[in-house]
Amino acid sequence: MTVANAPVLVAGAAETTSPQHPLTEPASSPRRRASRGLVTYLGLTPFALYVLVFLFIPTILAVTTGFFTEDGAFTLTNIAGLLDPLVLNTFAASFWVSAVTAVVGAVVGALVCYALLGTRADGALRSVIDSVASVLAQFGGVMLAFAFIAAIGLQSLLTLWLKNTVGFDIYANGTWLYQPAGLLVVYTYFQVPLMVITFLPALEGLKRQWAEANATLGGTRLTYWTRIAFPVLAPSFFGSLLLLFANAFSSYATAAALVSQGSPIVPLQIRAALVSETVLGRENMAGALALGMVVVMVVVMWGYSVLQSRTSRWQR
Amino acid sequence: MTLTAPTRTMAAEPGSGATVELRDVVKSYGGVQALSGIDLVMQPGEFVALLGPSGCGKTTALRALSGLETIDSGSILIDGVDVASTPTNKRDIGMVFQSYSLFPHMTVMENVEFGLRMRRVAKAERATRAAEALEMVGLGSHGARFAHQLSGGQQQRVALARALVTRPRVLLLDEPLSALDAKVRVQLREEIRRITRDLGITTVFVTHDQEEALAVADRVAVMRAGRIEQIGTPRELYATPANPFVADFVGLTSRVPGEVVGGEVVVHGIHLPLLGEPQPDGPVFALIRPEDVALATADRAGAIGATVVSSSFLGSLRRTDFLLPDGTLIAVQHDVNDQPEVGETAHLLLRMAPVAASTREQ
Amino acid sequence: MTAVKNDSGRLAAVRIGAEPNHVVRWIILGVVGLVFAFPIFAMVEFTFRDGLSGGHTLDHWTGLFDEDAARTYRNLFTAIGNSLLLAVVTVGIVLVVLLPTMILVHLQFPRLRRVLEFICIIPITVPAIVLVVGLAPVYSVVVKVAGGSIWTLAFAYGITVLPYAYRAIQSNLDAVDVVTLSEAGRTLSAGWGRVLWFVLLPNLKRGVLAASFISVAVVLGEFTIASLLNRVNLQTALLQVSQSDPYVAVIFALLALALAFVLLLSIGRLGRTRRTGSES
Repeated sequence: MTVANAPVLVAGAAETTSPQHPLTEPASSPRRRASRGLVTYLGLTPFALYVLVFLFIPTILAVTTGFFTEDGAFTLTNIAGLLDPLVLNTFAASFWVSAVTAVVGAVVGALVCYALLGTRADGALRSVIDSVASVLAQFGGVMLAFAFIAAIGLQSLLTLWLKNTVGFDIYANGTWLYQPAGLLVVYTYFQVPLMVITFLPALEGLKRQWAEANATLGGTRLTYWTRIAFPVLAPSFFGSLLLLFANAFSSYATAAALVSQGSPIVPLQIRAALVSETVLGRENMAGALALGMVVVMVVVMWGYSVLQSRTSRWQR
Repeated sequence: MTLTAPTRTMAAEPGSGATVELRDVVKSYGGVQALSGIDLVMQPGEFVALLGPSGCGKTTALRALSGLETIDSGSILIDGVDVASTPTNKRDIGMVFQSYSLFPHMTVMENVEFGLRMRRVAKAERATRAAEALEMVGLGSHGARFAHQLSGGQQQRVALARALVTRPRVLLLDEPLSALDAKVRVQLREEIRRITRDLGITTVFVTHDQEEALAVADRVAVMRAGRIEQIGTPRELYATPANPFVADFVGLTSRVPGEVVGGEVVVHGIHLPLLGEPQPDGPVFALIRPEDVALATADRAGAIGATVVSSSFLGSLRRTDFLLPDGTLIAVQHDVNDQPEVGETAHLLLRMAPVAASTREQ
Repeated sequence: MTAVKNDSGRLAAVRIGAEPNHVVRWIILGVVGLVFAFPIFAMVEFTFRDGLSGGHTLDHWTGLFDEDAARTYRNLFTAIGNSLLLAVVTVGIVLVVLLPTMILVHLQFPRLRRVLEFICIIPITVPAIVLVVGLAPVYSVVVKVAGGSIWTLAFAYGITVLPYAYRAIQSNLDAVDVVTLSEAGRTLSAGWGRVLWFVLLPNLKRGVLAASFISVAVVLGEFTIASLLNRVNLQTALLQVSQSDPYVAVIFALLALALAFVLLLSIGRLGRTRRTGSES
């Protein structure tokens, strides 16, 4: 999932930058400024051109096509389409799936991080878990869908075992795995590792001296966690929660592989719009939906970076 | 550096400190003996420094006192009661750590009130006592700030106020000044000394800086490899070190090759009294203090010729390193008005002060 | 305070609440570990299943080495080749476009560092599913200019891997004092080209390798852009094959997963060996 490496990046942006080296600071003499002149700036052009063509332009196109009809005329009907009950329902479903998997992922992930407290950072246990977590956080899409179909699908080990031994058919009320409800289970599989990757640094930032000071001042283990550790960890926890939300909200591949009928969540709705199944009979709905998604993502990621800067301030 | 006037103190309660005793305390970490039988008795209100190089066990001893480390054998007695099995939060001690111990999400005031809160002191009383404690450390107006808004020195003052507000019987300080700037260090150590004296709290202060230990403590325990080499007043340690390690560690010494002959130390033809236990005849290093060597003229009896190697201006005096004919370096402390040039020849006289001697391979 | 971890230190930490005790630790890790291992185990078990009969067989695996295999699975093998080609080209973009730019900014344009960082974060806020809406028109132009072959998709992938590659290289740049090294090189009369080649790049090996490995892992797992731009890559082919021969699909999914695991594990070990080396 593309969100998997946001934590370090955004945290880096929020922390103070490393001290400027005097010789790389822009000098005040004009001669200096001129010498770091045109040729050096030219060195930035390949990258600038590249992101212009393949990042900025597609992004701008994506969020603005919703404002135009196929013929190029300005229109607000596509945007208005976002308020249609059908579309609102897909957003609601997306929010629901994202929120639930974010909360479950955050809580379970936090527990795993707690269980790792005090293990050596370069020890065997920690390195195995680090690697496994980074693989599983990336493990999505088609392969994840296969894994879950094999694990709890209609013909899976677990389903058959439950049916034959305990007589309990988990699909008695419908094949939920292939619907948004199934995504709740499947997304958690990459949400928990993402939480572990994101939140572990925060837990490790808990200074031993705080627990010791708490003890010398007469506090118990309970007071340490309730009065000190939880409050200090709160910004980071909720920041990570937001990150998990953004991660689930923007996921497409897993749902595409798993959900065969209809377009119950926003990314799938975008697919439908692109493949030109009529979505509300409007033409550039994909653009409108993309705009809607970007708005949500910007809000969530902004909240995340605010919380991250709070964290880094306290854990210097 | 300006001297600051003492700020308002809390009511002095002499004798409120506890007696602290470590009896034959032993502690090992994974095969290494951090403490090999420590014995230490502290009187109420006494300020004792644990001094030594890293790894000597001074921090381990302090943490054993606090309960943050367990001990393998021996007893730890506070006011006569063995507290080895009492958990840290029930020992009624105050502790100041080297750094980072203030709770970052609480204001200064909330930090200081924390210990009182744990003891279920009522809100109003908490507030008054915490304000008093902050006044005592000179930060009365900083109650609403957060740790990251304070300088290192200010943070340690808050940590001190926080540790003292509950009137603990014992105050433990784990290298509280090591992370601070030199000037702040000197200022703060004076304040710590004054405050603990006013409150009459028994204090244990761990440091690796011998100047610091000698400046603030009533008694200093010099430690090495898990043992206490010597306990005494700063004066005793300096003037009568029990062994060469202590002599070398406390204060500056120059190691000058010489010999023990008939119970005296002979250095460059000069006979000096031997400090400490009698030693058999043989080659030794005499440990000579800079203030025990003087600049002289060539005609004086016993004058030793030497060349100036380097000279440092130290404000109120000067210290110059000389190279002796046999190749040893000797440090000499003298008046600032004498300004030896590098490479110059000069003559030195050794004062008739007792010197410690450590054995030397020939 | 000694940094050596020891039982007494661990016990002390548990007593004051800074660490969980042994039992709690292993219950949590055990339960979570088992739950997470199960789907992978199920995938493996699936590949050995003999249809619906309930028995197990090696046929699905051995079938890959059949004479007919190359023909039957031609599409899948082409798709694998496509993904590998895309991975190579994407790494190329990272090394030829991103890396020099990052070094240049680090050395000459420190004020632009925040800007560069921000640009590299954008792909997180603008996920693939949104980007692809705007990529379709861009690619219709690209196809006219550079032809319709698969490798052009790497341009989009370079953007997708930006956040990961940036972070990997930047943490290396931060850890090594690139400014001082390049100045030392310059004062020893090396021109910028030689400074780059002989001084900087050898010290950036770790970050470059990490960036490359993670880019490969991401490219191999990418589905969204390929599928919605109607291209064929490993993931789209897996989905397609799963409809006719699910066993082979799962086998290749497992292999891809194993490869990603090896790559990411190597990154972890790269980071570790450097740390222990610098502590000596």
